[in-house]
Amino acid sequence: MIQTDICIIGAGPVGLFAVFEAGLLKMRCHLVDSLPQVGGQLSEIYPKKPIYDIPGYPSILAGELVDNLMAQIEPFNPTFTLGERVEELERRADESFVVRTNMGSEIACKVVVIAAGLGCFEPRKPEIPNIEAFENKGVSYMILDPEKYRGKKVVLAGGGDSALDWTIFLADIASELTLVHRNETFRGAVDSAEKVAKLAEEGKIRLLLSSQLGCLAGEGQLQTVEIINKQKESQLLEADYLIPLFGLSPKLGPIEGWGLNLDKSAIEVNVHDYSTNVTGIYAIGDINTYPGKLKLILCGFHEAALMAQTAFKRVYPDQKLSFKYTTVNGVNAF
Amino acid sequence: MSDIQVFVEEADGSITAHNFPADMGLNLMEALKGSEYPILATCGGMALCGTCHIALLEGTANPPSDEELDMLDTLFNSGDNSRLSCQIRLSALSNGARLQILGEGN
Repeated sequence: MIQTDICIIGAGPVGLFAVFEAGLLKMRCHLVDSLPQVGGQLSEIYPKKPIYDIPGYPSILAGELVDNLMAQIEPFNPTFTLGERVEELERRADESFVVRTNMGSEIACKVVVIAAGLGCFEPRKPEIPNIEAFENKGVSYMILDPEKYRGKKVVLAGGGDSALDWTIFLADIASELTLVHRNETFRGAVDSAEKVAKLAEEGKIRLLLSSQLGCLAGEGQLQTVEIINKQKESQLLEADYLIPLFGLSPKLGPIEGWGLNLDKSAIEVNVHDYSTNVTGIYAIGDINTYPGKLKLILCGFHEAALMAQTAFKRVYPDQKLSFKYTTVNGVNAF
Repeated sequence: MSDIQVFVEEADGSITAHNFPADMGLNLMEALKGSEYPILATCGGMALCGTCHIALLEGTANPPSDEELDMLDTLFNSGDNSRLSCQIRLSALSNGARLQILGEGN
């Protein structure tokens, strides 16, 4: 089990800077992120875009800001668990915590800081009334093991790159493959779209354009999928599996069940120190909310600094905190 | 101040008229959130989350970017008049536009 003072959930800019503020107060940090790299949205979504409101930088590329933050926190030797999603939080008798990930990593800590930004990205579920009843009974939102579909009747839905790519991949595996797309054309990669059109011409797949998913039916297991076209004509397809591929949407995920006060999908905090209603758990950056909240990186940095002041009291209950400027004291590595 | 009038078709079919300032650099998502519509707008207006999805039933607006079209294409319930309200500038929205809110959280 990993032992640390503070477990930071989310390795975006605010989570990274929290390592610095904690480090100044001699607190060690371990960061967990569901993405395989640090930087959160900055690395994943807009690494090459300039940011203009970081104090002291008239303009800095998002990716550069992440690199600079990593250099800034290096003296404090943070440790990372990347590519794993936090699933469980256990509170121990001594008021400390154990954080567990979906891959079984365990982090023992005195303080939990949630800096999870938009949350973690999860597959978007189509709004079909009874779809949840068929989850894992024929309906899945991602393809983990393509072999599962060998010799089966499969319906894919969606029009993005992943729908096209999986259609091409599964064409030779499934016994019957149908791709349902609400538009007449695909916006995904042109050559993938051409390959899919060719597979349809050759009769290897069934391509239903300008069509939507309707009702699902089956006894205990998915058996039929209704497809409705733009003229509102409906047809029933026999299907062993339905795989809706409608992209990813950010969700709070398992954190939702931790007993934190939530407002929509943001965590309510006390502006004194950005603590949540659960003692020992803080929320900083885009994931939190309070009156006047601004979702800015610079506000998250400020929140990290204040969080560290009271987190110190939990990590070192017997010590008195004296505030020192880095200019006076320097950055003392550990 | 120049205002535009926007009509929102509510879930119960009724129509609510709103006056939004067209000269303050706001986008439609911000104006709708300001009017207490429960739009999540998780990504804050970067066309990344799709939660501010609307149908523009009547009226015109600035054309969608490739990023917006890509996101709309991944949404299950999007149609020919679908837009992300965060990408519509109030200054480019026609006066009297009519819309329906489709995004998650509604």
